[in-house]
Amino acid sequence: MIRDITLGQYYPGSSPVHRLDARTKIIATLLYIIELFIVNNFWGFLIAGAALFTVIAISRVPVKFIFRGLTAVFLIIAFTFVINLFMVDGRILWQWKIFKITYEGLMRALFMAVRLVLLIIGSSMMTLTTKPIELTDGLEKLLKPFSLIGLPSHEIALMMTIALRFIPTLMEETDKIIKAQQARGADFESGNIFQRAKSLIPILIPLFISSFRIAQDLALAMEARCYHGGAGRTRMNEIHFARGDAAAAILMIVFLAVIIASRFLPTIF
Amino acid sequence: MAFISVKDLIVEFTRIDEDGREVPGKKALNGVTLDIDRGSFVAIIGMNGSGKSTFAKCLNGLVIPTAGDVTVDGFNTRDEGHLWDIRRRVGMVFQNPDNQIVSSIVEDDVAFGPENLGIKPAEIRRRVDDALRKVGMYEHRTKGAHMLSGGQKQRIAIAGAVAMRPECIVFDEPTAMLDPQGRQSVMDIIKELNAEGITVILITHYMNEAAQADRIVVLKKGLVFADGTPHDIFADREMIEKAGLELPYEIELREKAGLPDTVMTVEDIICQLK
Repeated sequence: MIRDITLGQYYPGSSPVHRLDARTKIIATLLYIIELFIVNNFWGFLIAGAALFTVIAISRVPVKFIFRGLTAVFLIIAFTFVINLFMVDGRILWQWKIFKITYEGLMRALFMAVRLVLLIIGSSMMTLTTKPIELTDGLEKLLKPFSLIGLPSHEIALMMTIALRFIPTLMEETDKIIKAQQARGADFESGNIFQRAKSLIPILIPLFISSFRIAQDLALAMEARCYHGGAGRTRMNEIHFARGDAAAAILMIVFLAVIIASRFLPTIF
Repeated sequence: MAFISVKDLIVEFTRIDEDGREVPGKKALNGVTLDIDRGSFVAIIGMNGSGKSTFAKCLNGLVIPTAGDVTVDGFNTRDEGHLWDIRRRVGMVFQNPDNQIVSSIVEDDVAFGPENLGIKPAEIRRRVDDALRKVGMYEHRTKGAHMLSGGQKQRIAIAGAVAMRPECIVFDEPTAMLDPQGRQSVMDIIKELNAEGITVILITHYMNEAAQADRIVVLKKGLVFADGTPHDIFADREMIEKAGLELPYEIELREKAGLPDTVMTVEDIICQLK
């Protein structure tokens, strides 16, 4: 079961989107998120949605795969929708005792839900089309300028790489500890929520200790392989900006202009 | 001159007592003197607590001697300026296959060592492909490391050491956590690497693995207890028992079958019995 999990939900492929430099994709995603907050009417969302759909089509990532990511955050979206629906004052459409739905509330709720959905799909496009290692490499290069003010960009990237690497290992370890504790008669299934939370302690403490042991082993292994920090280190797959990245940059600027312009369009409703 | 020369090596671990003071703890090594020649295949055996693993970690400067010296190709491990020269010459493979893989993807992990050496990308790619072919894992190069079996992971760890083009690889009980097939595949690779001229130092618990080396060093309580060819070492039944070890199964079988002591492997025994 644990062996099947995908890391960082990468969907392998060789589309133009996959081939873009990780840095381009990180910047594009950040920009897209900012743009979603610039949008102030449904025209903007229509344009942003169309752009996102084009990217999905080019990337050839199955839509099913993308929506799988959405189901995980469905609760958050639903919660935001309901809160907005009932909390905004205005023209009343429907009322039952203290609960009322207003026209403004409905609009605001729809607006927020669309924004959230686009936000999540947009950012998952980045992780779906970029290998975790490329992502951390890209992040390292992007953060490099900040090392002048003392930000350890290489260390942050390495930490992320190692964290991703050890998720499956720690899950296996957890599995093993749970079975070992169950074999000793530990009970994780009965009792109220506090008793259950308390019964997790015999899992967490061994896990904590074993992750320290793993860290120590790994540090030794890294030292034995001549690791001595980011200085003087080269990469096997160096990332380069290519023509596709230049095209993406131009499209990003055009898209930003269109989104800003969309603010001045008359509202649909 | 010997490739690795160990002289009066003492390693004493200090521990912190209740008041926060450093007090001398256990002596893991108690004056080991040993020369290892270029291209040889040396097995180091001894019961738990004999200092085998500590000895291994001294060979590439992971543990610095309390007293005595370890010299690798003319570089002393105490000399911090040459630590990386030593570690690029002496690679190391550890016991737990899981805890020595740094990157999620097989080829990225193998590239970790060469990347640290600051080699050009094209050359790293060549070395990684080369190393993966050598351990028979080239087809798996783009897989996630967590999808592999223990034996396969250990082969990746070996490839990671090989990709640095070391002159010597120290194996610290590389087969202890593997199943029989994984163990066999790792031993085959070790022998192949040695045949290609890489000096191999194998720390092991398994006597039949030690029997495949050119030379066996028996450690007991941090001292060299015996040193010789497998033939001589396993001929001395009394010494083996004193060191807290057992004879390999093959030797036991040979003695029970009443065969001459030139016979060393199961294949030989089968030949003789026919």
